[in-house]
Amino acid sequence: MWSRSKRFVSVLVIALLAFGALAVGQVYDRNETLYVSGAAWGPPNDWNPFITWSKANTTGTIGYLYETLFMYDPLNDEFIPFLAESGEWVSDTAYEITIRDGVMWTDGTPLTAEDVAFTMNLGKDYAALWFAPMWNYVINVVAVGDVVRFDFTEEPLYQEFDNNLYNIPIVPKHIWDSKSEADITGGANENPIGSGAYMYETHSSDRNVWLRNDNWWGNDVFGVPAPKRIVDARFSSNSVALGSVIKGDVDLSNNFLPGIATLAEKGYVKTYFEGAPFMQAANTAVLFLNTTKKPMDDAAFRRALAYAINVDDIVRVAYANLVSAASPTGLLPSLAKYDDQAVIDELGWTYDPTEAARILADAGYVDVDGDGYVEAPDGSAIALEVTCPFGWTDWMESIAVISDSAKAVGINIEDVTPDYGSWNTALTNQTFDMTLNNWANMSNTPWTLYNLLFNHPIKEIMGSGNFGAYDNQELFDLVDALAAVPTTDLAGMQAVCSDIQRIMLSEVPMIPLWYNGLWAQYSDSVWTNWPVDGSNDPARLPTTWSGYWQLGGLLTLIELELANP
Amino acid sequence: MRRYFGRKLLIYLVTFFLAVTIDWMIPRFMPGNPVQNMLARASVRPEAAEAMYGYYTKAFGLDVPVWKQYLNFWVALFHGDLGTSVYLFPQPVSKVLRESIPYDIFLLLPAILLSWWAGNKFGAFAARTKRLDNTLLPIGYILTATPYMWLGILLAWAFGVVFDIFPIAGAYSFSMQPHWSWAFVWDVLKHWFLPFASLFLVGFGGWAIGMRNMIIYELEADYSHYMEALGAPRKLVRKYAFRNAILPQVTGLALQLGVIVAGALVTEVVFSYPGIGYLLLAAIQNQDYFLIQGCFLFIITGVLLANFLIDIVYVIVDPRIRRGMVGE
Repeated sequence: MWSRSKRFVSVLVIALLAFGALAVGQVYDRNETLYVSGAAWGPPNDWNPFITWSKANTTGTIGYLYETLFMYDPLNDEFIPFLAESGEWVSDTAYEITIRDGVMWTDGTPLTAEDVAFTMNLGKDYAALWFAPMWNYVINVVAVGDVVRFDFTEEPLYQEFDNNLYNIPIVPKHIWDSKSEADITGGANENPIGSGAYMYETHSSDRNVWLRNDNWWGNDVFGVPAPKRIVDARFSSNSVALGSVIKGDVDLSNNFLPGIATLAEKGYVKTYFEGAPFMQAANTAVLFLNTTKKPMDDAAFRRALAYAINVDDIVRVAYANLVSAASPTGLLPSLAKYDDQAVIDELGWTYDPTEAARILADAGYVDVDGDGYVEAPDGSAIALEVTCPFGWTDWMESIAVISDSAKAVGINIEDVTPDYGSWNTALTNQTFDMTLNNWANMSNTPWTLYNLLFNHPIKEIMGSGNFGAYDNQELFDLVDALAAVPTTDLAGMQAVCSDIQRIMLSEVPMIPLWYNGLWAQYSDSVWTNWPVDGSNDPARLPTTWSGYWQLGGLLTLIELELANP
Repeated sequence: MRRYFGRKLLIYLVTFFLAVTIDWMIPRFMPGNPVQNMLARASVRPEAAEAMYGYYTKAFGLDVPVWKQYLNFWVALFHGDLGTSVYLFPQPVSKVLRESIPYDIFLLLPAILLSWWAGNKFGAFAARTKRLDNTLLPIGYILTATPYMWLGILLAWAFGVVFDIFPIAGAYSFSMQPHWSWAFVWDVLKHWFLPFASLFLVGFGGWAIGMRNMIIYELEADYSHYMEALGAPRKLVRKYAFRNAILPQVTGLALQLGVIVAGALVTEVVFSYPGIGYLLLAAIQNQDYFLIQGCFLFIITGVLLANFLIDIVYVIVDPRIRRGMVGE
């Protein structure tokens, strides 16, 4: 018995020693590796660039791996030719893109105009792909030599099309044309072949590892991305993310960390701005009002609410100054040139409880039964709920402020936090009273925000915007008109936007409240030259969020430098 | 003996059937629609949203009547197919579970067994030993009553950030790929230690208190007094008391082992440790019918198996049950 177990132990020891000898090259060199966090919500599940809603979990699938025709730099409002060398409207209904020469897929096959035309045509064949609606106004897409030609109907939606140019990822025809519909629309696409600056290396449930593609075409055009490897870590709680940044284990954290203002002021971490709001603005947090319910169907009530909400308190209390109040139009600072200041001066609002009370009283909302809360003009009691998903701590505190400031002017609104699933269903089925939402990314066009706010036509399920089902045909026509204005026609866009803003600010279908930050805190210990306000380099976005690589996020990586080479 | 186990087995089978049926039903009673939730974040044009909704509802088999979904569920289950996760679309549930469950077992099995063993030993030792009873047991009470989240964060902060002895996140370093080497094994153990220690401490306190109270109860029992009156040595009396006191602890152990796959939710959140607990939470929040079903299937099977094992263990450790069966 004894000798047998002794023999077993010695075999085990020898085996382990042998394994130990194999262990070369499995540990990443700190000076070659960039550690990031804050993008992934869940374990990596697929590398299929057409399953857009899961791309947060494998951020980089579009950006590192698969690339788009253009990049759009929102801070400098500039389209940067990417896979496309150039693109131009040859007539009002035809667009031609010249594909860059010398681009290779990572399996060694050249990327050609054929691949681009193939990708675009997938949208025609499969209605379940997100860019399928483009084919409502595109007639055909063909490759001629190194040129891809798009032919349009009489009414192209220029705004959406431009948006698609930097959002549709190009896939290799020689691999994807043998895939079935189910594989294209829902395949996991393991071991993907792309054309981008980084290649898939490995993953586990709490990380994605990307390896630099040394044959990337962009090395000669933009420069070589500094980190050889990028490890994208997923943490299951904010306290872990915070600890990792402070320890210097993570170089760039894109998590929302509540106390970061204090840490930045003490020099533990760096942020884009040195003082408030510390972060760049990423999207607008909008309070959607369910206009199918009373009293939210009354514009006067909605307007009173807009005056009643103390946004400064949200900024101060819920965010500790990490955000700034939004323009009443909801447009991000990067799109401020589409704000019509005259309309804002005439119809805009700021926090003013006295004015809110006055509007309420004028519209017939008075406290009849003396409980401290106003009743509707028809005498019925008002008891409303403002919601956000449970666990979204910053929003939970924000709706508490909304509830408090509404009560201060006599509107009875309670803050309620359902689970994400039931919140989401209430959101899309108009069974909420009022709720927060911010689903419009930074964009080249105000149309992206308006497509969220005034999504139409009104249906039973409002799955992708206009959650309060605000119905105004005049406004919808204007949004459609904006979509059809060529993106080069700045004055034309501004004119339509002004009309939209006039309706929006007088009717108050929803209330834009503050700009959610592009949460980013970085450590200088290993990598430096992070984007900061006022540096000599062009402004960049320090983010790993999905959808932001093609907004110039990738260029941030190229500009990084080692602290101690 | 055969009749005893035959009857038990039948009860377990019926319980399994009912439990799995309830497991299938409950997520479907939740308000909300998983496909709608999944697609909501795609934020596309309404035309595309509608096409996508129809397509994916069909892909998940949710377009057929409910009774048919139920039948399909059992048929698929017998083929070993747990469906496709909605939250982690397009990963199959069985793959998600296969990748996560080993972490839970690696963490919880040692924590539960060691804390049970050590807690019982210590509890039995401390009972009626005045000094220990007055000093260490209150600590046990504090440990079991500590909000687990708080204890975990405290440990992570002290040993991970302040003293910087242990890592605070993951099952192994973010700078490593899994491979066989001393460095990697050491790395895994280092990542494992804090989550393990936190689970062990809390479990230890609970078992120790339970055992101490049981021993005191047994020492007050008639048989103990009778033995003492007969002049039996203290050690012998305590030995018999321990044997009787351990029985309820065995049942408690079985219940803990049964829920092993979901037992470490908070640990996984606090230490960012991979495992099924956190996934189950996310699955419930995202109304992922299939992942919820899969997780609970493991929990149901685990509880039933553990109970069955305990039935067998009882036959061995409790002579009264043996007698009862022979006497039939």
